Amino acid sequence: MRNTNINQSRRRFLTTAATVVGGVGAAAATVPFVSNMNPSAKTKAIGAPVEVDISNIEPGGRLIEKWQGKPVWILRRTEEMLKDISSLNSDVSDPKSDESAQPEYAKNEYRARKEEFLIVIGICTHLGCSPNFVLKGEGESISMDWKGGFFCPCHGSKFDLAGRVFKGVPAPRNLVIPPYKFISPTRLLIGDDSETV
Amino acid sequence: MKVYKLLNNIMLMLFFMFSVEAFATSSSKLRHMKVDLSDQQSLQRGAKIFINYCLSCHSAEYMRYNRMGQDLSISGDVLKENLMFGAEKVGDVMSISMRQEDSINYFGVIPPDLSVIARSHGADWLYTYFQTFYKDDSRPFGVNNLVYKDTAMPHVLWELQGEQHLVSKESVAAVYYDPSYSDFLELVSPGRLTEKEYDRTVRDLVNYLVYMGEPIKLKRTKIGVWVMLYLFILLLIAYMLKKDYWKDIH
Amino acid sequence: MRKPIKILISLRDWVDARFPLMKIWNEHLAQYYCPKNFNFWYFFGSLALLVLIIQVLTGIWLTMNYKPSAEEAFASVEYIMRDVNWGWLIRYMHSTGASAFFIVIYLHMFRALLYGSYKKPRELLWLSGMGIYLLLMGEAFFGYLLPWGQMSYWGAQVIISLFGALPIIGDDLSLWIRGDFVVSDVTLNRFFSLHVIAFPLLILALVGFHILALHEVGSNNPDGIEIKKNKNSEGVPLDGIPFHPYYTVKDIVGAIVFLIFFFAVVFFAPEMRIPGTQGLFLESANFIQANPLQTPEHIAPVWYFTPFYAILRAVPSQLGGVIAMGLAVNLFLLLPWLDRSPVKSFRYRGRNYRIALALFVVSFLSLAWLGLQIVTPLYTWLARFFSVVYFLFFFLMPFYTASDRDKAVPDRVTD
Repeated sequence: MRNTNINQSRRRFLTTAATVVGGVGAAAATVPFVSNMNPSAKTKAIGAPVEVDISNIEPGGRLIEKWQGKPVWILRRTEEMLKDISSLNSDVSDPKSDESAQPEYAKNEYRARKEEFLIVIGICTHLGCSPNFVLKGEGESISMDWKGGFFCPCHGSKFDLAGRVFKGVPAPRNLVIPPYKFISPTRLLIGDDSETV
Repeated sequence: MKVYKLLNNIMLMLFFMFSVEAFATSSSKLRHMKVDLSDQQSLQRGAKIFINYCLSCHSAEYMRYNRMGQDLSISGDVLKENLMFGAEKVGDVMSISMRQEDSINYFGVIPPDLSVIARSHGADWLYTYFQTFYKDDSRPFGVNNLVYKDTAMPHVLWELQGEQHLVSKESVAAVYYDPSYSDFLELVSPGRLTEKEYDRTVRDLVNYLVYMGEPIKLKRTKIGVWVMLYLFILLLIAYMLKKDYWKDIH
Repeated sequence: MRKPIKILISLRDWVDARFPLMKIWNEHLAQYYCPKNFNFWYFFGSLALLVLIIQVLTGIWLTMNYKPSAEEAFASVEYIMRDVNWGWLIRYMHSTGASAFFIVIYLHMFRALLYGSYKKPRELLWLSGMGIYLLLMGEAFFGYLLPWGQMSYWGAQVIISLFGALPIIGDDLSLWIRGDFVVSDVTLNRFFSLHVIAFPLLILALVGFHILALHEVGSNNPDGIEIKKNKNSEGVPLDGIPFHPYYTVKDIVGAIVFLIFFFAVVFFAPEMRIPGTQGLFLESANFIQANPLQTPEHIAPVWYFTPFYAILRAVPSQLGGVIAMGLAVNLFLLLPWLDRSPVKSFRYRGRNYRIALALFVVSFLSLAWLGLQIVTPLYTWLARFFSVVYFLFFFLMPFYTASDRDKAVPDRVTD
């Protein structure tokens, strides 16, 4: 026989309790699955900071290293190159790097800890191609008074020797500067800028 | 009913027959060791032994140094100074530089990777293995082993344990079925450690190997307790809800 | 009524005008009438569905990191166990889930034997269920090769060789299954495809069919009577209650109890290392990478295949063993027609069937245990004895069920 004396409030309370407690469990159960998709220990190991010996780079020359799967350029700039950078302040869209990504020690005129060395991620901020390094005398096809910099072949974006993006090109921001520090005058650690106590 | 009693008796009889047979025919008896993964000091000592004595020939390709450091409470610097040799980074795995061709030249086989050796062989096997090396001049490295007959491995811990001899050569055949019999081996020249100290060393090493086989083991039982607690609470509420609804029916 | 609830109701109505939402809800849940006397044996259908969902979800996540090549498979599993966040948990859930699936399915099938759930008009329900069981065995077989351990490799080698025993087509068939002359990277890759996509799709399709077939005729019950025979003036069976909310709320309790056992294994004993075995759910030999040049001392299939493996080994001829094993699995298909008794439930069956079923259970469990052991003369004799009992359960059934003196079946449910 069906009992019609249902205590509605008790039933509602129990249903709510079961739903809430069960819901907590269900939410907790999603954590392993979501976390699972984050970088694994292996990925983090591969993405660990990279030590680079910069003593052999020629003045005006560039070394390419890999960090977190991305190309990192280490450019040893000459005095002439630094002067050329200063002359381009009105040709670049973000001369003070206000809109771009870099650590605070790279938010300066030459976008670096030490003027001589530019450390920059070599990926165009438009759609991700890796631009070419084009020296001053070799840029006739790019522009009339090419002062040296980087030219992206995919859609024609241009960057100066501090990685700053030119006006009137598809790329929106300056090239990204990664965290880094000098562990000695000739050794660079890319991917780590913690203060060593 | 008589039928059910008969069937019950048949089942009990079969159960006992099977159980006796099962224990009687278990192959080689091994010395038993109680594994204790909560003893951090033992694991740390075991890690040191493993790295100093094993890692030159055996790799542990699935074990990362920094994972070991984290689980065993060894800091990055201590790890680098004492437990990592060569230009490896803490995030690297425990690989070895010995080339496979060279291994085959030295040993005749490639020393197996040891990452999960404790899961395939078990703690007791490993524990007994390290205790039952004995002098055997017919072998390339001058030693043989009661658990693993004609092993290609030299007794890397011999200077700690010392030299054991087989008491009687005639008993060799019987010996391979019961290496737990200490009567078959005698310590002829002692090593740097006493028997008790060596036993502890082997226990530390095996503890470490068990840890290395499954680094998450200690943590998973702890998480499991919480999960069980939660499920019992949930069960209580769900059961009360079920009973309430089913009052309608009865 | 509060605003959010109003919105939800309008949303529901919008969908319902375009999709048979309420029709499905009523036909299959709120107004699907089940017998009110379901007992313990009736939990296993919904539990099977739960385990299927667990396997699919954990399987998807494992596939994100598993590499199906002979060089990388074993390493990728250890990578999941160590380097991937919570990978160990998902792996253990999947391996435990595989064994849980078979425990649940065997108990689910046993319920059918207890209460005659395979009899008319539920023959197609039974056949589709058997289809799912056969697919599940295939799914487990393909999945087991994937970790590429010693047991994976040699187990596959042995089982595929069984197909080689078939006359005329045997060798070509084995070659075709393997895609190579021995079990190799080629075999692994195709087993991966079958395990991850082909068989799950087939299983899901058959499960849908199975549930639709069930809902068409309605569930059986422990008294084995048809509740649709006694309806009230509104057409609702007198002994029926709507599935929702009564069985939704009850099955949730069942699910939580199951999860307690399930997670106890996952967190405390994922290998299920019972003394005398090398690990029932995760075998120790499988922690050695597959070596085509060295066979392990003792090859045994995973526990859920061992009854049939025992029967295979019991027969002295290779082809005979294969045929006996195939027959042992497939004889279940004939049950609706072998069973000549008009009575469905064990409660009202005569003595013949009760003894026969008891003997069948004893022999099934004994064969399961025997299949795990190494071959000895005593064990071979026992395996032969129990195989005979096993087969006689089916072969003699038309006779002992026809002549059985069944009890009177009540008109209404007794619980």
